[in-house]
Amino acid sequence: MEMTVNKNGAELTMKLSGRLDTLAAPSMTEKLDELLADGVSKFVLDMGDCDYVASSGLRAIISAQKKMNSLQGTMIVKNVIGDVMEVFDMTGFSDILTFE
Amino acid sequence: MEETEKELAVDATLDNLVAVLGFVESEAEKAGCPKKETKQLAVAIEELYVNVASYAYMPATGICIVKLQTGVESDTGGWIRILLKDHGKKFNPLLQEPPDISLSADDRPVGGLGILMVKELVDRLEYMYENGENILSVEKHWQ
Repeated sequence: MEMTVNKNGAELTMKLSGRLDTLAAPSMTEKLDELLADGVSKFVLDMGDCDYVASSGLRAIISAQKKMNSLQGTMIVKNVIGDVMEVFDMTGFSDILTFE
Repeated sequence: MEETEKELAVDATLDNLVAVLGFVESEAEKAGCPKKETKQLAVAIEELYVNVASYAYMPATGICIVKLQTGVESDTGGWIRILLKDHGKKFNPLLQEPPDISLSADDRPVGGLGILMVKELVDRLEYMYENGENILSVEKHWQ
């Protein structure tokens, strides 16, 4: 998986390309732990090119959501494709994430 | 009806996830499994295989056998059955307490979603323990 990061003031965008699987998820969490703590109040996760999410990927996403909640910031997940939205639906993630 | 059977044996390590999924996906494709169903199957096998790789032999390592059967049901329809076998600690992952998926992000534990996803993504899921082997059987059908 590729992660492209763009920081604009207090807004951080991360674009995922490929599979958010067990091998990729830890590096996403590691990267976000470092980046979100640095004055980010809005985090945008662009999943338009991500067509595969395993439970480890869901863990990375919910960890980011928890982190943004603790920072009293917002997190937006955008461009989610149908197959990935089905995974969010079956795990209740559709109810706890904010989509755009 | 035409049926095929293939087998892959790997050391049950996370590094071999790529090899296991490559095997499953290419065989599913050969059997005519549509893209969407193939991906659902891959996610399910990832969850189950990662469990084996993470816990079955800890702290040592051992073998995981991936046995794959495919069959034809109609002009376009078919099925694939995958057995994941290890001879590590006896463990039935299907008995795990399902997580409460109605909790808010803050109240939710971060894990426990894997088996829930597998149950949703495949058509049949069974666990057996035979001759000292944990056997997980997964089946996916398509029209």
